[in-house]
Amino acid sequence: MQEHDISFVRAEMLANAPPPASERGIVRWLRINMLATPADIVLTLVGLLVVLLIVPPFLNWALFSAVWTGPDRSVCATLAQGGIQPEGWSGACWAFVGAKFEQFMFGRYPIDERWRVMLVAGLFVALLTPLLIPKVPRKGLNAIVFFGVFPIASFFLLVGGIDIEMFPYQETASEQQVTNGVVESLIQDLPKTAYYFDVELPYVETSLWGGLLVTLVLSFVGISVSLPLGIILALGRRSKMPVVKMLCVIFIEAVRGVPLVTVLFMASVMFPLFLPAGVNFDKFLRALVGVSLFASAYMAEVIRGGLQAIPKGQYEGADSLGLGYWQKMNLIVLPQALKLVIPGIVNTFIGLFKDTSLVSIIGMFDLLGIVRQNFSDAAWASPQTPMSGLVFAGFVFWIFCFGMSRYSIFMERRLDTGHKR
Amino acid sequence: MKTTILTGVLGAAALGLAASAASAATLDDVKAKGFLQCGVNTGLAGFASPDNAGNWAGFDVDICKAVAAAIFGDATKVKYSPTTAKERFTALQSGEIDLLSRNTTWTLSRDTSLGFNFAGVNYYDGQGFMINAKNLPGVNSALQLSGASVCVQTGTTTELNLADYFRANNMEYNPVVFEKLEEVNAAYDSGRCDVYTTDQSGLYSIRLTLAAPDDHVVLPEIISKEPLGPAVRQGDDQWFDIVKWTLNAMITAEELGITSENVEEMKGSSNPEIKRVLGQEADSKLGASLGLSEDWVVNVIKAVGNYGESFERNIGTGSPLKIARGLNQLWTKGGLMYAPPIR
Repeated sequence: MQEHDISFVRAEMLANAPPPASERGIVRWLRINMLATPADIVLTLVGLLVVLLIVPPFLNWALFSAVWTGPDRSVCATLAQGGIQPEGWSGACWAFVGAKFEQFMFGRYPIDERWRVMLVAGLFVALLTPLLIPKVPRKGLNAIVFFGVFPIASFFLLVGGIDIEMFPYQETASEQQVTNGVVESLIQDLPKTAYYFDVELPYVETSLWGGLLVTLVLSFVGISVSLPLGIILALGRRSKMPVVKMLCVIFIEAVRGVPLVTVLFMASVMFPLFLPAGVNFDKFLRALVGVSLFASAYMAEVIRGGLQAIPKGQYEGADSLGLGYWQKMNLIVLPQALKLVIPGIVNTFIGLFKDTSLVSIIGMFDLLGIVRQNFSDAAWASPQTPMSGLVFAGFVFWIFCFGMSRYSIFMERRLDTGHKR
Repeated sequence: MKTTILTGVLGAAALGLAASAASAATLDDVKAKGFLQCGVNTGLAGFASPDNAGNWAGFDVDICKAVAAAIFGDATKVKYSPTTAKERFTALQSGEIDLLSRNTTWTLSRDTSLGFNFAGVNYYDGQGFMINAKNLPGVNSALQLSGASVCVQTGTTTELNLADYFRANNMEYNPVVFEKLEEVNAAYDSGRCDVYTTDQSGLYSIRLTLAAPDDHVVLPEIISKEPLGPAVRQGDDQWFDIVKWTLNAMITAEELGITSENVEEMKGSSNPEIKRVLGQEADSKLGASLGLSEDWVVNVIKAVGNYGESFERNIGTGSPLKIARGLNQLWTKGGLMYAPPIR
């Protein structure tokens, strides 16, 4: 019999050993994602090559060789092109974008009146931000202000043509001074006894609007009209009332059947010929109506897709509870249907946002239009100018579209309670 | 507290309704409005383009300014309507604009069936060719271009003129067509074609955007007639006369050596012709016969200068375009610019 000499007994568990070096960290990630199979290895190498071929030259062009400031084309042209850059130079001409930046934002909006656009932009951000953050309370009030009061206020601010003269009594004058910062300077110029001020917003015709201002106004109006109108059209198309149904079908199919370019072109070129002499609708208004109706038709079909995805049992359930048509739609059907088609809705919004650049064919200048128009300024014409301008315009469009897209993903996740996988 | 809101302008703005000037007496309408509504190009280098501040400048824009100066004595009383090639005629017909100064070619059908009157020619243009002299050494005439590949914008009269020209001269060519101007420029610059054809004034501005402009030569041949000029609606002869004689006055001023700088001195000139043009004669009635003040030419010249000054400043040697006067030189110097006498 042999005795077992147990000289060591482990009292506690061993700590977990780290995984082998090949199974952790960047190495593991690379092995799994980049180098798993020979085909993956080839694809990774090709991908690396493409990145190396594109990214450094682009960075060099856009950042390191770029020209940031300058008075005219000479800074963006080589010696042979009549400029100051050495032979073989190639870089972005951000000086062009810098010199024209205000124009890209406001178009030809009078320089002295641009504070009005800035004010509208400030209000827009201040009202939209709390509306987008779910935690902020009082959504209903916020929405009423944003979709009801804000458009009217911005209309008066942007279009102008208002002249308010005030003769406040002396005791209220100081309040006026505080509440209306705009007129402070006017008051100071007047004798202290005569508290009198005059808010004048000169009329700014829409043909002077341009740049990002036009892009945002068009898309804001298009988006806020097309969603409600699209819902109504979609409901109308599924209605059992023959006339309503027929009208909705005709509208949707007629508008979807023609390109946006045609709608805009008809509105701008043909429409004035049908009007009696002396009557002339604002071109911007015509474009706004055209774009909004066009987007509504598409929106209607997106929403109809959502309505069709709701099982019949939901409708019948609502009926059996004794709900009326609008109650059924508001409480049962639409909340589910709209949630389902958020990607489609945002897709239409993004499409609409980018389609606004089509207004340049009717002589209005959205961001892209005014960038391209400025290529014709001989003082800035150089081989680098068009590319720089287009990259800038593309970047601005991308910021807005990417923002909308990310927010839609956030919303989808938040609302996706019933179908979580 | 008394608050008054003047809703006059507002009402019009709210509905987007604005009375247009489609009636017969355009001059009265323009005077009543207080400004001239002028249709210009949406952007053509040297002719109508925005400067850094967004103000319109250019050779065609100067015509608008000159007419405004003739009427109001103030060249800033112009509102510009940028119009596309397709919109421009509707805009003039429907009365949205009072004057179309937008590199528009004067043709018979535009003059008759579209119902316009062309107030003269402010720029004699024509289709030309540009080549890369490094790739085609020794070529100095379009007649040597047989077998060349030609970059051209599709759907334009340029394309048709090109076909006519090569067929008429029994030459072969390969058209390389594109939809957009930027595409044609890029293709030509990268060497995809030997020849670029479009209106000659356009060739000069395109040359500015090429990588090596000095290698490129504009050939002397002009294969089409493109007389560009300001147009007005038919049926208002007084308005037509004002625009026509404003242009004539600019040309006459160059002929007489009146410039924006010396116009004040010239008022005291003893030359009877200069005195007559500047309205300095005692019983001058020339301005009144147009419905303008007697010093209308003085105002025009002060605002935009004479024809030559405007040309050099916008598209000639004083601009990056550096277009030679060529056909647009005065008739006394071998060009076609000839104004009937102002008397």
